[in-house]
Parts: sequence; C-alpha cells; structure tokens
Amino acid sequence: MTIKEKTSLFGLSSQCVLKVDDDYKTLEDYQGRISRWCPGCGDNGILTAAQRLCRDEQLPPEKCVFVSGIGCAARFPHYMNTYGFHGLHGRALPTAQGVKFRRPDLHVFVNMGDGDCCSIGTAHWIHAIRSNMKLVVMMHDNNIYGLTKNQASPTTPIGRKTNTTPRGAWLKALNPLTVTLGITNASFVAQVVEWLPELLYDVIRQAFHHNGLAFIRILQRCPHFTPDVFSNLLSDPKKLLMLEHENGIKLSDTMAKLYQTRQQHDPSNLHRAREIAEADDLVPIGILYKNESVPRYEQLTKPKQKPTWEQRETLLNNAFDRFGINIDARAAAGNI
Amino acid sequence: MKQQTARAAIDSKQIKKLDEHIIEIVSDSGEGAQTAGQMFATIMAKSGNSVWTVEIIPAEIEPPARTPAGASGNRIRAGSFPITNAGDGADLVIGFNEQVLQGGKWENRYKPGCIVLLESMWATHRDPEIASAYSSVVNTLREEGYRLYEVPMEAECSKYIPDPRKGKNMFVVGLLCNIYGRDLQLARTEIENKFGQKKAALIKPNLDLLQAGYDWAEQNLEFKFEVPPYGETQPLVVANGNIAVALGVVASGMEICAMYPITPATSASHYLSEIFDQVGGHVHQAEDEIAACAFAIGASYAGKCAVTITSGPGMALKTELMALSVMAEIPLVLVNVQRGGPSTGLPTKVEQGDLLATIFGTPGDAPKIVMAPATIEDCFYSIITARKIAETFRTLVVVLSDANLATGQQAFPRPKITREWAAPPVDQSPVPAGKDPLDWDPKTGLSQRFIPGQPGGMYTLTGLAHDRKGHVAYVAGINQEGCHYRSLKLAAFQKTLKPPKVFGEPSGDLLIVGWGSTKGAIEEAVSRVRKDGLSVSAMHLTFLQPMASGIKQIMQKFKKVMTVEINYSDTLEDELIDEDNRRYANLAWLLRARYLIDVDCWSNVHGQPIKPGSIEQMIREQLK
Ligand SMILES: Cc1ncc(C[n+]2csc(CCOP(=O)(O)OP(=O)(O)O)c2C)c(N)n1
Ligand SMILES: [Mg+2]
Repeated sequence: MTIKEKTSLFGLSSQCVLKVDDDYKTLEDYQGRISRWCPGCGDNGILTAAQRLCRDEQLPPEKCVFVSGIGCAARFPHYMNTYGFHGLHGRALPTAQGVKFRRPDLHVFVNMGDGDCCSIGTAHWIHAIRSNMKLVVMMHDNNIYGLTKNQASPTTPIGRKTNTTPRGAWLKALNPLTVTLGITNASFVAQVVEWLPELLYDVIRQAFHHNGLAFIRILQRCPHFTPDVFSNLLSDPKKLLMLEHENGIKLSDTMAKLYQTRQQHDPSNLHRAREIAEADDLVPIGILYKNESVPRYEQLTKPKQKPTWEQRETLLNNAFDRFGINIDARAAAGNI
Repeated sequence: MKQQTARAAIDSKQIKKLDEHIIEIVSDSGEGAQTAGQMFATIMAKSGNSVWTVEIIPAEIEPPARTPAGASGNRIRAGSFPITNAGDGADLVIGFNEQVLQGGKWENRYKPGCIVLLESMWATHRDPEIASAYSSVVNTLREEGYRLYEVPMEAECSKYIPDPRKGKNMFVVGLLCNIYGRDLQLARTEIENKFGQKKAALIKPNLDLLQAGYDWAEQNLEFKFEVPPYGETQPLVVANGNIAVALGVVASGMEICAMYPITPATSASHYLSEIFDQVGGHVHQAEDEIAACAFAIGASYAGKCAVTITSGPGMALKTELMALSVMAEIPLVLVNVQRGGPSTGLPTKVEQGDLLATIFGTPGDAPKIVMAPATIEDCFYSIITARKIAETFRTLVVVLSDANLATGQQAFPRPKITREWAAPPVDQSPVPAGKDPLDWDPKTGLSQRFIPGQPGGMYTLTGLAHDRKGHVAYVAGINQEGCHYRSLKLAAFQKTLKPPKVFGEPSGDLLIVGWGSTKGAIEEAVSRVRKDGLSVSAMHLTFLQPMASGIKQIMQKFKKVMTVEINYSDTLEDELIDEDNRRYANLAWLLRARYLIDVDCWSNVHGQPIKPGSIEQMIREQLK
C-alpha cells in the first residue's frame, strides 16, 4: 500500500482516496438534468443542499438512490446524477423502504410534496416513521398542490383560496410536526425553511448521519401558487423560533443577530418537542427530536448469516420431508 | 327381530371394493374435524391411494355452534387412480352435529342417499329445542333415503377423556380406519408424530380413542370398504397450493415477499414467514396492499426480483403499481389467489373472476404476463417460472391461483431440486459508457436492467413516459416508442411458448377449454363421456397473456368450442339476454376477441369448485 493509506481526506478512509485527483467528486458530479422548476421555486435550494451533502460526504453517486412520489417536488431525482426512482403519487416511502431493505449499502433519500406525504401517502408516512428504517426524508411543504395547479393540500392555511376552495379552505391546516412526533418510534423530526440555506444544509447533514428515519419538513416557497404563504416569516424574522442546542443546530453570530427568537432545546426531550410543535404563533426551526437508539426495522429483520443456495436446498429438503409421503409398501401391497 | 337382522348383517359383513370414495367430516370449529380429515387422508395416501383433500372452512373464527354455515372440516377423495380434483358428492359423511351436516346438504356436497354417521348425543339433550332439531333432521335424512347411523361419540369418548369434545376426532379416525380397512399402526404413528414429545401425555388417551372408534365400527356397522392402492411408489409431497407457492418462492431464489393479510392468500405468507429467515428471506407485512406492492417493487428495483401475494381486493389496490412495474420495466411477481368477487365477495370461496381484470385492469396499455397454475404441483413450479420470466423480460408476471388450489391438498412427485431454479446474483459490474438504461432491442424490446450500485449506470427510473435514457418525454413519438417496445417484449416471450396439448382426440364435436384449477375436473368429465363414445376433447391454458401460437388451429378442428370457468356469465335462457348483450365468462371473452371464433361458455359462481359430474352432465346436454 502507498503512503496515502494513513492520510484521511474529508473524513474518508484511505482506500477511497488512493487516486485523489480522479476520484474526488465535485458538485457537478451530482448534478443531473437541468431543473425545470419555476424560477424562484424553493425546490432548487433543497436540490443544492442535497448535492452539497453528497459532495461533502463524497458519496459514490451509484450508491445513492433518490426516491420520490409525484408532484413538482417529486421531480427531484431527475436533477440528481445518482440513481433515482420517480415512482407514484404518495408511494415514495414504501418504495424507498423496499430499496433500503434490499440494499442496506445504499444511501436512500426520499423527496415528497405535502400532498404526496400528508394526503395520499398518509398511511405510509405513519408506518414508515414507525418502522424507522435508515432514510433521509425531505417533505417539501409549499402548502399547496403545485403540479396539479393550485388545489388545497392538507397543509394549506384555513381560509386560503385555491382552485378547489374558491371561497377559502374549510379546515385548519394539518400540523405535520405534531403528527410525526406522535408516531411511535419517531426518531428524528426537524423543520427548516428552504430560504436559509446554511440551516437547511446543516439539518440535512445531521439527518444523513442519523441512525434511523430522519423526517425533515421543509417549508418551501412556491412562487406561482403560494408566493405569499410564508411572507410573514420572511418579513418578520422574529416569527421563526430557532431551536439551538449542541446536539441540534447552532446559529452563526450573524444569524443569531438576525433571528432573535431563540431557544435552547434539547432534541432528546420528546415532551418539550411536542409542546414546541403544538404552538400556533411561532414556527420552530431546527431539530425538534432526535433519538439514536430507536430500533430500525431493517436491523431487527436482518438475516443472521449470509444466505446461500445450499441453505435453500436444505430448507426445501426439510420441507419435502415434512410434507413428504413415503408409501407404506406393506399397506400399499394390500397386506393390511 | 329388526335388531337381530342388523346383528346378522354386522357379523357377516363383506368388504366392498371401490375405485374411489369421498369422505367428508364436519364439526363445529374447534372440534378437530380438520385434524381428523388431514390425518385420515395421510393414512390413505401412505397406504398407496391417490388423495385430494379440501378444507372446509367457516367464514368466521368461532362461528356460533351448531349452525349450518359454521361447519369446519375436511373432504377427502381417495381413489385407485390419479385423483386430480375434489370430485362429486360425498359417499360417506361424518357429522359432529346435525346442523353442520345441513350446510353441506344444502350446498349439494353429498350424494343423495349416501352414508351418514352422526353424533347421537343431541337426541337426549336437556335443551328440548336442540333435541327436537336433531330428531327433525334425522327424520328428514331418513325420509330422503340417506343411510343414517347414529354414533354415540360423546358417550364412548367420555370413557377415556374428561372432555370428549377434544377427542371425538381421534375416535372418528378410528371409525374410518375400520371402515376402510386401514392399518391402525399407520394411525398410531400419525398420533405419535402429532403430539410428539411436547405433549406426550396426550398420546395414550388418543390411542385409546382411536382403538375405541375402530372397535365401535367393528361391532356396530354392517359395511366395510376397500379402495385399493393405485400403484404409485415414488416419493411424494403432499401440500396445498399455498404451501406450494411458498415453497416455490424459496426455490426461485427470491428473498423478499411483501404482503398484507387477505383470505385466501394469507396462508402462503404464514408458512413463508415460518421458514423464510432460514435462507435470509423476509416476509414484509406492510400497512396495506399498496405499500406491500411498492415495497416489493422497490426491492426488485434494487436487486433480485421480489414477490407480492394477495387476492382480488388486494390486487385492485395494487393496480397503479402493477402498471408502474410494466412501465418502468421492473421485474415483479404478483400472486393473486382468487376468491369470490366482486368487492369483498366470498372471501373463503373459489372463483376465477380476476382474469380480465388482471390482463386489462391497469389503465393505459400495460402489457404484462399472466399465467395460471392448474394443479398444486403447478403452484410450486409456476413461481419459479414466473421469477425467471419477470427478470428476463423486465416486467410484471401475475400468477393466478385460486381458493380451490389454496385449500386443496394433493400429492405430487417430490421435486428434484436444481440450482437453476434460483436467480443468479445481481450484476454490480460497471455499466459500459454510452449504454442506456432502456436500450430497447429493436426486435425484441429487451434491454439490460441497471441496478443501483452499478457504477456508471445512474439514471432516474420513472413512471412518466420516457425515452431510452429514462428521460421524461416532452416530444411526440416517445410514448409511442416506449409502448411499442414494451409490447414487443410480450411478442418475444410469446415466441417461446409451446402450443397447449389437447386432452383427447385432436378434432371432434366439442372442445372444452379451461384455465387454472378446473383442469382436473374438466379432464375427468371429458374422460367419462369419451368412454361413452362422445367426441369431446379438452384444452387447458397455462399462459393467458400472451397466449401460445396454435390455439386457433386447435379450436378450428372442433364443431363447437366452449369454456368451463368459475366466474359469472349470462345464459341465453333469460328473457332479456341475447347475443347482443350476453356477457361471457372471462376466458370466453378473451378467446372470442382474439380468435374470432364463436366460443360459448358454461360457468357459475356458487363459490365451489366445479364438479366433474356437473361438467359431464352439461356436456351430455350439449351433445344431445
Ligand atoms: C393517484 C394519483 N392521484 C392524483 C394524481 C395527480 N397529482 C399529481 S401531483 C399531485 C399533488 C401534488 O402536490 P404535492 O404533493 O404537494 O407536490 P407539489 O407539486 O406541490 O410539489 C396530484 C394530486 C396522481 N398523479 N396520481
Ligand atoms: Mg405541495
């Protein structure tokens, strides 16, 4: 082995950097097709954060799979130069679970819209959280159905006019944070806004390193249909409640000056996390809850040894013995 | 005087030789008629008979006691020739109470006038309503000509055990061993195996009950039968269709089965859950059928093909994902163990009503491969075949089993295990530069599948119309191209199929066409009428989509072609039904549409396997 064996670059083990120059991946290496989202769409910022994560972690592109549903947000995988699975509306989570289950060696990411996750895919959302497989789940919440052109989603604010609620949305918006925090086995719940790229990146990075399913609700501007839903948050930084903690996010000095509503919040405190999520007046930003010790489904069900064909043969033979019939020669000969 | 003649008959009883007999044992659920049936069937099979058994399962877990719809039990057809179906009416019925017998009678499961052995304790029951219900059924059965024998099961069994309800079934096995002249030693071995070391204390009382039943029959019944062995000596495996499916999954090398519980499919997953981890496999119980199918697709996409097992209502939920599997060319095996429909229908009963829904039920053009096992042995091999086809042709293969296969048990030759059944390891070698993820071969539509982890193969799979690179189609013509190649794959597969074999002469007056679990009954009916010189043949289709070449030529050699199916069709006997509005049975629709042949059909949805006798009668009427 060469001298480089001992070196460590970007936190990677030495084998991966034997040919540093050839193998080092830049942002471009993770860029797929040119995005077709509207100019000013918040999804672009999320895309950049994900590409930056891949670059900083030097993830082999072939080892990453971005799984999505259907919607504007769900176009995400096309814009990554990794493996991508642009599946069905609402079904991203169970598909991603299948991928991860089969291939624990892959880094699996999920991108869903608010309709994808909180409406048509609700059952999967609950059960994926409960099974806690190692996935990074990004829920792009623009408070609207974007791709189908301006229909109310479960997170659309009450009273908001949309194509299906021309006189205003009837119901109070669903709160994805309280729902997620209420699900048994929730192990990582965070909220960020796409217009604060440093925080967005930081949360996605921590999600990536989390030992289980990391659920991130990302408030995402839709310049076309909901350009104003978050305008109060943009114009009044005090409305964002920054949750700081040594195990969560830490604000830079400049950020701290800008965002003065701050609170120390220990992400291991589930009770407090639920209280924070419940509050109507402020929008919490950061990691609400994190628990590294929740069991993961793919670990609980992991085969004890590497399966071989010989094992199959043995199993089949045992089964054929168990259900087997050997004719009793004496009886069959009629000597009974 | 009467008693004396009866005594004489018993003392001088003769053994009557038969080439087959059908035995049905029914009880309230929890009284063990199913165990007794399985045990006696095993004894018959070990003595060299060909045996087909059917579980009789009530719709509820513990239905009210003494009710016609609550019957639980087993039907055994044992013969001296290869038995391929449940047969016609039962020849000998054992009832633990008179009400469970009623259910079978109303469903025409018994031969008129057959032998009935009935628990007699109810005659003197302290509840006068029960006692009178009992005597009224007994009287009716006698009036109708059934050969009814009252058996004091409770009284006899209580000599050996405190709670006879838990032991009558072994008494019944003893009765049957005597009636059919079966070696009690075979039964003793079964009892010892059943209770094993864990419940060794139960062996002795059960052996006593067995002997008691045997002796009671010896002393009180005036008949004995012999069904000679049929000469099979090779090692056999006895299983129901769902066990066979589960074993097929193991043999095919698949590692993931995703499912959501639904009758009658679930028992396949029960058995698989029990054994699958020994080979590193996993049964994933998802939150619903949609999630199960998505999970299986995700797993298939990332490696070896996975399987999802369901029944009609579950398949309906999977529809959108089935189309995704076809559209995005992800291999998937979907097993649909059909039950009665529509809607929740008849969950525990058989039907073949999902064929057209499977082929055409996916909105848009979704060419998939559809096959149907006809026997329990087929259930095993069809899964191995389906996995291979799914991977080779990068598509969805649907295997249509049904409740008849799922709950029927049949012995088949013990399979000779070969490594070729199993899927090869997934290819993770780098993808050569310039190769596209959907590099459709112009002739066959086939292309190599890239699997995540393969360097250089990164692409985004999508259910949107896409080109060879998997890029979303924005240009006219691309969707046409994709549909074209996916369709060509079916043609390429079709070229590998052999024409079906005709059962009987290659030409004649009538051709009966069937698919799935009706094969045994159809062929038995056809053999019976052929013996009488009728010019009838049968053809059974394994692949329903695509269908093999040569089928049209076969049909053209017959004056009349008709399908026999277990699904709904109109008959012209109704005043309002005519050729303009008649709705045909599933396969008949298909054959008419594809071959422009005037295929007739005969089908019904009684929730029961079609009996060979009913088919026989229908054929005779057709050719009158
Ligand atoms: C089964 C099904 N139902 C409906 C649709 C239509 N549809 C496409 S995207 C969408 C909603 C998109 O909203 P969201 O998930 O919030 O994503 P966004 O476009 O806002 O990013 C709907 C209803 C579909 N594709 N499939
Ligand atoms: Mg949305």
